[in-house]
Amino acid sequence: MSSSDIYRELILDYYRNPRNFGKLDPHDIDAKDSNPLCGDEVEIQIKVSADNKIEDIRFFGKGCAISQASASMLTELAKGKPLEWTKELSKNDILKMLGTSDLGPARIKCALLSMKVLKTGVYGYLGTTPPESADH
Amino acid sequence: MLKSQSLEVEHIREDFPILKRKVHGKKLVYLDNAATTQKPRSVVKAISDYYNKHNANPHRGVHELSIEATEAFDESRRRVGKFIGAGAFEEVIFTRGATESLNLVRFGWGVPHVEQDDLIVLTIMEHHSNIVPWQLLAAEKGARIEFVGITADGKLDEGQFEELMRESPALVAFTHCSNVLGTINEVTKLCSIAKKSGATTVIDGAQSVPHMAVDVQKMDCDFLAFSGHKMLGPMGIGILYGKKEKLQEMQPFQSGGDMIKEVHTSGAKWNDLPYKFEAGTQNVEGAVGLSAAVDYLDSLGMDRVRQHEEDLVAYAMERMGAVPGITIYGPTEASERGGVVSFNLGDVHPHDMASILDEEGVAVRSGHHCAQPLIEYLGISAATRASFYVYNTREEVDALMDGLAKARRIFCI
Repeated sequence: MSSSDIYRELILDYYRNPRNFGKLDPHDIDAKDSNPLCGDEVEIQIKVSADNKIEDIRFFGKGCAISQASASMLTELAKGKPLEWTKELSKNDILKMLGTSDLGPARIKCALLSMKVLKTGVYGYLGTTPPESADH
Repeated sequence: MLKSQSLEVEHIREDFPILKRKVHGKKLVYLDNAATTQKPRSVVKAISDYYNKHNANPHRGVHELSIEATEAFDESRRRVGKFIGAGAFEEVIFTRGATESLNLVRFGWGVPHVEQDDLIVLTIMEHHSNIVPWQLLAAEKGARIEFVGITADGKLDEGQFEELMRESPALVAFTHCSNVLGTINEVTKLCSIAKKSGATTVIDGAQSVPHMAVDVQKMDCDFLAFSGHKMLGPMGIGILYGKKEKLQEMQPFQSGGDMIKEVHTSGAKWNDLPYKFEAGTQNVEGAVGLSAAVDYLDSLGMDRVRQHEEDLVAYAMERMGAVPGITIYGPTEASERGGVVSFNLGDVHPHDMASILDEEGVAVRSGHHCAQPLIEYLGISAATRASFYVYNTREEVDALMDGLAKARRIFCI
């Protein structure tokens, strides 16, 4: 699969019309990170329900189509899920979500930035440390 | 009609084996020369010859190989010094690259000479390597920094520059040629104004020395920093040119072996110039490789190198300028800019653009180009940059154009 196959209509639609884009107030979780190579930035805010579920989620950021579409799609995927669900989230889940099997080492970081931010936020809220590997 | 190319490019391309390779099944179109250039056979051969025939630690042994290594190192210094018009052997310091050269000025000259409330003048078009050392120096000394802005067409705001010079800055550091805008600054004129204000001048020549004839005596700058790998030479070698009287009033940078004349338990006496600033075993292979690169460039002629790049930039800007939705940054006239063309196309993020171009074998740089203050000043988050050198052709500009057309199709622009 060639890497530019990633730029399908779906990805471009999420890039240009991002769902769940903006700030969430009040929120219980707020995490952000950037990719120094690309300058991609993603911030995720979450409102947690009484039974520890992602009641509402928004993202805010700027960057390439892959990073921004990935963040938007991830917020849709995460909404309503238990916080624990994010612990199981892996690189393959993100690739599947984006509808691709591989992105190559240069662009995979763009795709995984939002997962990293989500995990950082949730692990921080739960008082645990996120795993080192970007794959999981 | 555009002028014909002034270099025999097809002949030149034969000297660069890497240009024959394919990327993603396509012919490589290498347009990332402002980041690093490819190396001709003669440079690689000079390095392997050095190791196969002459290798030893220079300045240390009395044996034959050490003498040969010392001669190779010193000859490289003379060769590179001549290339930039340095007045003396002592004025050419080997470093790891432009970044280390600028840090050498920070520690060697800046630390003992810049005082509290002193003014350091930079420009908004500087590479991080010509910003961060001065920010750290200013923080350490309690000095302040002012940035000279740019005009709408990406040229230095010379009026603001002159105004700031009236405040008698201690140090003025600016690029000869912007790695994003391509703007060529009028170094000779600016140095003359700075000199009248009593400022010490530091020029970042990383994007000019490889691309045009540079004469430090004509420019009359106090320091000039540049890197070998951006001018056909190896990575890990660079130059700091410094005026002898400036170098003499400097403290050592790194310390250890080779930079001393005598060491006693009570203290040490520094070595003479240029060795005072070259602590430890030096990068002789790098020096020899850089010398071979300079030979290669001289064999082409720097005026012709410049003419070739100007032709390519004019052609690229003419063709790219016709693309709907494109924004090209920097001066509009090719004669006023170096061999870089930075742009944005519609809402295509530069990283997506670089991925799409890569798929076509076209290598460009995308991002903030280590010039974040400029990128912010321009009100953008990133840009895509195509940058040219002696082996690039108009056909390669055409390949870039095909890539842009593909990006427009994909992003429906």
